[in-house]
Amino acid sequence: MAYKIIERRMIVPNLHEFIVEAPAVAESVKPGNFVIVRPDEHGERIPLSVADWDRTAGTVTSIFMQVGGSTAKLARLKPGNTIPTYVGPLGKETVIQNFGAVLCLGGCYGIGSIYPIARALKEAGNKVYSVLEARSSFLLYWEDKFHKVSDKVFIITRDGTRGKKGHIGQIPEMLQQAGIVPNLTIVNGCTFQMMRMSQITKPLGWKTIVNMNPIMIDGTGMCGVCRLSVGGKMKFACVDGPDFDGHEIDWEEFLARRKSYNPEEVDPLRHSSCRSHF
Amino acid sequence: MPKQTPWERIKNFEEVALGYPIETAVEEASRCLQCKKPFCNQGCPVGIDIPGFIKCIVEGDIASGVKKIKETNALPAICGRVCPQEEQCEKMCVVGKKGDPLSIGRLERFVADWEAAQGKIEVPDMAPKTGKKVAIVGAGPAGVTVANDLIILGHDVTIFEALHECGGVLMYGIPEFRLPKRIVNREVEYVRSLGVKIYTDFVVGKTRTVDQLLKEFDAIFVGSGAGLPWFMEIPGENLNGVFSANEYLTRVNLMKGFRFPEYDTPVKRPSRVAVVGGGNVAMDSARTAIRLGADEVHLVYRRSRTELPARIEEVENAEEEGVIFDLLTLPVRLIGDERGWIKEMECLRMELGEPDSSGRRKPIPVEGSNFIVPFDAAVIAIGNSPNPLIPMTTPGLEISKKGGIVTSAETGQTSRPNIWAGGDIVRGAATVISAMGDGRIAAASIHKHLMNKE
Repeated sequence: MAYKIIERRMIVPNLHEFIVEAPAVAESVKPGNFVIVRPDEHGERIPLSVADWDRTAGTVTSIFMQVGGSTAKLARLKPGNTIPTYVGPLGKETVIQNFGAVLCLGGCYGIGSIYPIARALKEAGNKVYSVLEARSSFLLYWEDKFHKVSDKVFIITRDGTRGKKGHIGQIPEMLQQAGIVPNLTIVNGCTFQMMRMSQITKPLGWKTIVNMNPIMIDGTGMCGVCRLSVGGKMKFACVDGPDFDGHEIDWEEFLARRKSYNPEEVDPLRHSSCRSHF
Repeated sequence: MPKQTPWERIKNFEEVALGYPIETAVEEASRCLQCKKPFCNQGCPVGIDIPGFIKCIVEGDIASGVKKIKETNALPAICGRVCPQEEQCEKMCVVGKKGDPLSIGRLERFVADWEAAQGKIEVPDMAPKTGKKVAIVGAGPAGVTVANDLIILGHDVTIFEALHECGGVLMYGIPEFRLPKRIVNREVEYVRSLGVKIYTDFVVGKTRTVDQLLKEFDAIFVGSGAGLPWFMEIPGENLNGVFSANEYLTRVNLMKGFRFPEYDTPVKRPSRVAVVGGGNVAMDSARTAIRLGADEVHLVYRRSRTELPARIEEVENAEEEGVIFDLLTLPVRLIGDERGWIKEMECLRMELGEPDSSGRRKPIPVEGSNFIVPFDAAVIAIGNSPNPLIPMTTPGLEISKKGGIVTSAETGQTSRPNIWAGGDIVRGAATVISAMGDGRIAAASIHKHLMNKE
């Protein structure tokens, strides 16, 4: 099959907005789902969280970070190019109901993927408090979109160039000052951020849902590479998740498993990228 | 049958068995007694007219032999390679009562390969169009068989495949050296040439549900295949370097990881590999590890050689290629290093007791026999459950305790009207030919149902 790229642009350094024409996916996608893409005929299958969609136009949007060989290939695509595989929506959707007050924390590509979650929660009648975290102001995006679907938007940057200076450890204090106690916390972001936030909310007793991002191949409950330990039980992120209770996850094991192909992910960058630019 | 020598083949992924030259095929076919009441047919899950196609070979009319097989089997090049004939047709062969039975599987393969070598594939007689629409979930052996049978009967057939390539387990599971992928592609293209529409990258249950499809189609066949791999539930199975056989084989076969970095999907090339299990998938994994350059590959199995569920031919191939069989051995713990990678496996010695419910002698651990072996990878090949996606997303479908879709053995019909199922989604991990047998039964039942509906 061939799926047309509608847009692929770097929206902040190293993060790309990626819009693909895939009507069947656009029709049934829900917040919290992911898709699997293959950049070319020799490409590997990689999962991307879904960040938005347009059911009428039949398009689906993701935000991805360029890290290894496969995402470098995606980052070289231009509007009008096609990719051979774009399949989804995969995984269980994020549970949306009226919880009361919900804290939505997004970082990195997760600012993108938590956006439709915040929007759906708002539509379901929740008070939505969005927190966007980045190292510096130039790494933030979609702030305006969040203002439209949130009761309040908090910004945290490590260097203080925008919003509060600091890190996610200050969220409980920030919310306390604003008089907010969330009934549910949802985190979409890098593994480290999701782990840290789970550690922060555990002693506070704030129920925390994280959107896990393991290595995957088929993404349909066949290969078993995405397994993780949740509450001491083996779970498979592609069909049991990707949302899990952050307090139940064996984070140390998860971090180790995610790194298992690091050398191979980075290796292609060393000897192929120059040639493929020409 | 001529084979690549072990010292050649462990360095490549090319097919091991080279196939009969025509003279050998005719000579072998002449051994057939042409029984008036043949037993071999009864051993075939799809009921091929075996003496019929063998007679064509003896007469040198290979083209008619092809036609004869294709009356009941759309995938002869595949079945000729991967069917356990020694348990089926060849087991029933009368010639086999004294000496070796006729090599029916090899002759089937010969006929199919002969046709492919001619370059033109004959299309069977097609019934007039009925206007009935059938959706098939999964382009594996079960789904392709149903598609073949129903398109010939005049129905409009559409296959929805979740992966980017067709073939199911034939593509992601069975290695190139046992079943070259060009052969799978060839057989799928044949079914497509009959008019079957195929959509890849389409996950029924997610992209659209079965109920959504039922609004458009008169009948649905679910052949969604294998699901999540089983693990032993011992400590250390989530360590890095521990793979399910599904993952390991998918990386190598479907994603062509053995050609990394030409293909992007990486596969580890460890030096000491333990493969746990004793079936065909375990043999495939062990022989793959050998080809990826491992110094030592151990096949760890808790019973003895007699009880190995794999085909004897595959066991012998693995032995010839240098796989070390650690029989009567049970892993009890995988031990990791400080970075979370497997470094050792703790095992127990076993002995065989009385036969259990499966009729095989039950393995009993020898108390205090624990020992530790160094490994830098382990592949767990002890089976898998049926794929969970359709059971999870199709309300009202009766599901067995093991997670499979419940069907009637005579018709393949599920608990819901207009939905049929077959293959691994019903049986768990079984064989290619049993999936095709299920497909044949379901196709007949679907046809009957659609034609009676008027």
